[in-house]
Parts: sequence; C-alpha cells; structure tokens
Amino acid sequence: MITQYLFYFFSILTLFSAMMVLLSKKPIHSVLFLTLAFFSISGHYILLNAQFIAIVHLIVYAGAIMVLFLFTVMLLNLNIAEIGKKKKISIITAVLAGCLLFLTIAAALQKMNLVFPENASLTQIGLVKNLGKVLFKEFRLPFEVSSILFLAAMVGAVMLGKKTGD
Amino acid sequence: MINLVWLIPLFPLLGFLLTGLFYKRLTHSFSGWFVSLMVLFSFILSTGIFIELWNGANAQNIILFDWIKTGNVSLPFEFLVDSLSATMLMIVTGVGFLIHVYSIGYMHDDEGFNRFFSYMNLFVFFMLILVLGGSYTIMFIGWEGVGLCSYLLIGFWFKNNDYNNAAKKAFIMNRIGDLGFLLGMFLIFWHYGSLTYTEVFENVKIVSTNSEIMTWATILLFIGAIGKSAQIPLFTWLPDAMAGPTPVSALIHAATMVTAGVYMVARSNTLYILAPVTLNIIAGIGLATALMAALIALFQNDIKKVLAYSTVSQLGLMFVGLGVRAFTGAIFHLTTHAFFKALLFLAAGSVIHALHGEQDIRNMGGLRKKIPLTFFVFLIGTLAISGIPPFAGFFSKDEILAGIYSENQFVWILAILTSMLTGFYMFRLLFLTFSGKFRGTNESKIHESPKIMTIPLLLLALLSTIGGFAGIPEGFGTHFLKGFLSPVFENQAMMHHDVHSLSTEIILMTVAMILTLTTIALAWQTFVKKAKIPAEESTERKGIMKLLYDKFYIDELYNMIIIKPVKYFSKLFYEIIELKLIDNIVEKTGKMTIKTGHTLRFIQNGHVGFYLAAMVIGIILVLLFNL
Amino acid sequence: MEQTTEIIKMVPLQQYVLFCALIFSIGVIGVLIKRNALVIFMSIEMMLNSINLLLVAFSVYHNDPNGQVFVFFVMLVAAAEVAVGLALLVMVYRHTHSIDINFLNKLKW
Repeated sequence: MITQYLFYFFSILTLFSAMMVLLSKKPIHSVLFLTLAFFSISGHYILLNAQFIAIVHLIVYAGAIMVLFLFTVMLLNLNIAEIGKKKKISIITAVLAGCLLFLTIAAALQKMNLVFPENASLTQIGLVKNLGKVLFKEFRLPFEVSSILFLAAMVGAVMLGKKTGD
Repeated sequence: MINLVWLIPLFPLLGFLLTGLFYKRLTHSFSGWFVSLMVLFSFILSTGIFIELWNGANAQNIILFDWIKTGNVSLPFEFLVDSLSATMLMIVTGVGFLIHVYSIGYMHDDEGFNRFFSYMNLFVFFMLILVLGGSYTIMFIGWEGVGLCSYLLIGFWFKNNDYNNAAKKAFIMNRIGDLGFLLGMFLIFWHYGSLTYTEVFENVKIVSTNSEIMTWATILLFIGAIGKSAQIPLFTWLPDAMAGPTPVSALIHAATMVTAGVYMVARSNTLYILAPVTLNIIAGIGLATALMAALIALFQNDIKKVLAYSTVSQLGLMFVGLGVRAFTGAIFHLTTHAFFKALLFLAAGSVIHALHGEQDIRNMGGLRKKIPLTFFVFLIGTLAISGIPPFAGFFSKDEILAGIYSENQFVWILAILTSMLTGFYMFRLLFLTFSGKFRGTNESKIHESPKIMTIPLLLLALLSTIGGFAGIPEGFGTHFLKGFLSPVFENQAMMHHDVHSLSTEIILMTVAMILTLTTIALAWQTFVKKAKIPAEESTERKGIMKLLYDKFYIDELYNMIIIKPVKYFSKLFYEIIELKLIDNIVEKTGKMTIKTGHTLRFIQNGHVGFYLAAMVIGIILVLLFNL
Repeated sequence: MEQTTEIIKMVPLQQYVLFCALIFSIGVIGVLIKRNALVIFMSIEMMLNSINLLLVAFSVYHNDPNGQVFVFFVMLVAAAEVAVGLALLVMVYRHTHSIDINFLNKLKW
C-alpha cells in the first residue's frame, strides 16, 4: 500500500520536474529542475531496495554531473533566454514523434507477459555487500577497464578545454 | 594397320601446329618439306589400310574416346574404316601430297609461306576427320573445319578487300548449308537415338521407317551438301573463291572439299534409298547445276573461272549419278575428277606462274611452244575431262551416263548435252591458251615451271591416264572399284539395275564419244582455224550471249533478294532500336542515378536538430517493424 | 534497514515500464524541440536515467544482480560522457560565442 503511494508520489514528482526542464525559459531553471528529477529517481531506487545504486546515483548525478552543468551555465554566462524556438512545424512533429515513441513502447508492453513475483518481500541484491560481491567477482575486468575509460575522458576534457594558441 | 588409323589425321595436325606456332622462325624450305612429309606419312598409312581392306579385312568402327556423354546422349569420337573411307583417304592424302609439293614451288616467294602451309595442313587434317568420321557428328566437325580452312585460304592474301569478300561469301554460303545439315542431324538423332553410321543404318533397316521423316532428313542433309558442293542455289561462292592461290583452288575447290557433299550422300546411301523423292530432287538439282554451269563456262575469260565453273558442272553430274542411285559411278567420277581437275588447276597455275600473274586467256596464246610440258599435261587433263577414252574421265562419266539412261531417257539427253558443252569449253580454253599467236605482253620472260612444280603435274597426268582402268564396265573387264565398294553400297542389287545389255552399253558409249568429238572439232574450227578471240570487256552483247556472259545474273538476284533487305533491316535496327531505344535506356539509367544523388544530398544539411530527428524517426520505425 | 524493507510491498512491473517510457519520451521530445545545446544534453541525461531505473526494476523483479551492475557501468559512462561533452560545448562556445545548434551547420553538402 505504502509502496504504491510512494511510487505514485515519486513518479509525479519526476514527471513534473521533467516537464519543467523542457518548459522553462531560462537554462538555469532547467538545470535545477533536472536535479530535482534526479532526486526523485533516487527515491525510486530506494523503493526498490537498490541501496547502493541510490546512493551512487545521488553522488554521481546530483553531486557531480549537475554541478558540472551548473558550472558551465554560470561560468560561461549562458543564462540568456534569447535563444529562440524552432519552427512551429518542427515542434509539432517532434512532439508527435515523442508521443508515437511512447505509444509504441506501451503497445509493446501489451504483448509482454510480465509475471508478478511470487513472494512480495524485497530482495537482498541491492545491498552493497551483495552487489559488491558480484561486481568484484564476475565484473572485475570491466571495472578495471573503466578506469582507463575515465583516464581517457579526463585527458580528453582537459585537452579540449585548453585555450587555443598554446 | 587399321588400328593405327588415328595417326592419319594426327600427322597433318602436327604439321599445322608446328608451322603455325613457329611461323616466324622456320625457314621456308623446312616448313614446306615438313608439311609435305606429314601428308606423305598419312598417305603411306592410308595405302596400308587400303591394301588391308583390299585383301579382305573387315570394316571397323574404331572408337577413340568418349566425347560427349550426358543422359541419353552419347556421342563418342569414332572413326569408321571401310572401303569408302579408304578410297577417300587415298584421294585426299595422295592428291594432297602432290599439291603440297607443287605449292612449295608455286608459293616460294610469298612472305606468308609458312602460314599458307599451316592452313593447308589444317585443311588436310579436317578433311581426314570428315572422311574418317564414324558418325554424323564427327563428319560435321570435319565439315565445319574445312569450311573454316576454305575461308582462311581463299582470303589468304588478305590485304586485298575483294579477296576477303570472296572468302566471306564462301564461308557464309557454306554456313547456310550447314544449317540444313544440322537440322538433318537433329532429325536423325531424334528418331534413331544415335548418330553413328553403323547404328543408324541398322536401325533404319529394322524399324519401319516413316518415309516422310526419311525424306525430310535426307533433304536437310542434302541442303548441307548443296552449300558445301556448290550446287544451285548456293554455288556462286565457288567462282569467287578463285581469289585464293591456285594450289588452294586445286586442293579445296576441285579435289577434296567440294566433294564432301558427294561423299556424305554416298555414305548415307541407306537413307537415301528409302527416300525416292529426295533422290529425284538431287538428280534434278544436279542436272540443272551441271547444265547452267556449263553454259556459263562457255563465255568466261579467266582461266581459273572456267575451271571453277567446270568443277561446279562436274559436281552436278556427280549428284545426278547419286540421284539415279549409281553410287559407285558417282564415287568413281569423284576419284577421277580429283585427278584431272587437280591436274588442270595446277597446270593453270603453271601457266599463271609462267606469265607472271596473267589470268585472262584473251592475253594468252601460242604458249605451246614456250611451255611445252605444261601444254602436254593440260592437254591430258582436257582429254580426261571431256571423256575421251582411254583417259580416266571416259570410264567414270560413262558409268554415270549409263546409270542415267536406265532411269530416264530425257535426263540422259540433257546429260549428254552437258558433256558436249564440257568438251567444247574445255577445248576452247586449251586452244585459246596454247595455240595461235601470243597476244599478251612480256613475251621474253615466259619460262617453264621448275621441276618441283612439274613433277606433281606429271604424276597427276599419269593418274588421269590410267585411273580409269579401275572401273572398266563389266562387259569388258573387272570393275575393281565396284567390287571394292560393294560392302558399302550393298543395296546395289536394289538400286541401279543393269537393265541394258552389253550392246546397249557399247552403243551409248559410242554415241557419247561421237558427239563429244564433234563439239571438239567445232571448237577447233572456231578457235584454231578461224582464230576467233573472245570479245573485250566493254563490247556490247545481245540477248542470250549477254545472259550467259553475265552468269545468268544470279549474283545480282541474290543481291536484290537477300542482301539489300538484310542491309535495310540492319540499318533500321541500328538507327531506331540501338540508338534511340537501348542507348537511351542505358544513358537514362546513369543519369537517373546522378539525379537521385543530387536530390538526396540535401539530407546532409548540417543541422544537428535534423539529424537527431532523423535518428528518432528511424528508431521508431525499427520498433514498429519489429512489433 | 532490513526490517523496514520487509513490510514494503512491491509495485507491478508494468507501471515501471510505462513510467520509464514516459520519461524517455519526454527526453526525446526535449532533444528534438530545444535549440539550446545545454538543454539537449540534459534531456539526454534524463533518457539515460529512465533506462537506469528500468534496468534496476527488472533486476529486482528477476532477482538478478547483473542488472544493477550494468546500471553502475551506465552511470560511469554517462559521467565520462558529460565531462567530455561539456568540454566540447565550451570549446564551441569559444569559437562561435553561442550554443545555438542552428549555427553549427558547417558539415553540410
């Protein structure tokens, strides 16, 4: 029961934030609304007992990525709302395309046969200990390789951010 | 020895390959003697086989290897060695050898010497395949091959465009005949399941044959013979084929290739006997050709053209012989004709060689004193062809005439008329060339041909003299050839019945001889006593003379009926269908590709938003499709 | 923590799918509508998030930890991507003094 209500609450919050991301006039408002959306999605994770993912989500997304966005907006002074809209026809087509996409997925859902879980109790796999075991046993290699990925990203970001003419 | 029969065509093939591949490096004398030697070896082997068969060996069908074998169709590569093919082998290799030796002298200063001899050997190879073939398929290989070599050799001096046209004409007319031959082959194969001679002839006797099929098959095969042996209506290529060197005319267009049609009909005698309609057609066409060619030859002024028309005429006579079922007579005449026609052509070549290329008899005359040997052999050849005893032509022609007489008297009269005309125009040729006063230029340079050319001439003259004695009619002695060929023509009892007695035969012979002598005397009167010279090119001729001089306008007729429409349609197809239709389609396809490219490039407009939208639409489509 | 989790009931999976589909579509619409490159980036992040949620939901329902490990890596890659992407954005801004994507059309035919 409580789960249902919590689910609806977080869903509505997420949806509202997502809509406001698109409909805001100033970019800084979009950034802030997106942060709110991330928080509510983190709530979803907690509902699903994916504790590790929830915390990491908060740290990585809300803590690092959105901060990056904020820095970019503020340091480059991108808070101008002068950027115009696209042509009306493009907007209508885009909205239609998005709705079509949603309808397609929803229709695909009709064909699926999703079974309810037998016992209603939540699983333990979201716990840090269990997830850690899986991560370091079966997925050790991707884990190590991802460090190289990060290295590449860092080097790339630094190189791209340098002032030209050096 | 019969087992070695496969060696016989192999020698000339070897000669062809060696001379053909190394034609730049071999000296003239080496290649000339080498190829002649090859033909000589084939001749020696052929003689061996002939002697074996003469002594009573049986005919053999030798299968060399399985050539085509798919499903129900089995066409092995086989040779049939029997008396008929042995006879033909002797003629081809014997006369061929003499002509090869002659050519060494005749072509000695031609730069295409090696090429010439490679072609000649190739021709002998194909002719031997034709003659030895044990089935219609193998014969057809040889048939086509000799047509090819005929083309190569007629157009030997290819720098002259007229000669090329003559070669093309020969080949195309041959091809038309080949279509008939092929259709005949298909018909035979369809009905008897095989093309091997022995099997077909057995089946024909066993299975009750629908005479209609037999008629059609034989007519179609005969059409092939019409093309190859220059009968009406496909004979105009042979006079034009005189564009080739004289030894070529001797070998191909007198002795061997043109006799392939006669050989084929003789070989298929079992089939032809069952189709009396075809035999009548053959006799009719042969007679018409013999008469027409003889008439045209009366007014020809080129030494080789007269001989060409006389070849056509004699071939016609051979076909008449076949048509009245005198098969042995036809083959006998084929043999003797090979001797004296080759002799005549080579002697004409000797004359041309002596006069350094002059071929118009109006510019000759009085050569008897200057080139006496050539005159001597030419005289023998002329006597032989006119049918004067004891030369060869007398016996063979007489046998055919006797056969004709027992069938149809009226045809006999026309055949006698042809013989008279033959005597007349041949002696006209002889007198205009050799007697009287010399009418040309360059009198001092005339010289006799070298020994290498005269020895073959003498040998051929000898054969023309004694060759007739192989076939003396039964009343006077043994007909060797008839006895030898009897296994092949075993239905002789059914055929040509010797209705007439000995006395009838003697009367016929005497009548023919007297009439021929009369015409020869007339020729003497006209061309020696009165020394009449044929008129120049530009003279006006009237009426029949004009018709005969212009060769019955046959070439012009063909031009109008066949060539002009073909050219018209060719032009039509080229201008309308090729240029307007097909070229357009091809070009437009190319242009359409370019246009599509021009239109589609606007997709790359550089706008990121557009790209994103395209991606989304693509994903939606993929999802929808998979749903 | 373990005791609290016992009483929490579970939500049917279809609702999670629908919800994620909705967020994803909103993200798609955002990518297609907006001209501000920054907002397009954020919409992409939103799409990634919806996918993460869906993965976790499925992993919980099928009791398979691989789903959550995958989410971990997705987040990882998303972070790297944002870093590089924003660096690119900054460089573009330096050259054209605008982040309007309509001005980035030099790669046309």
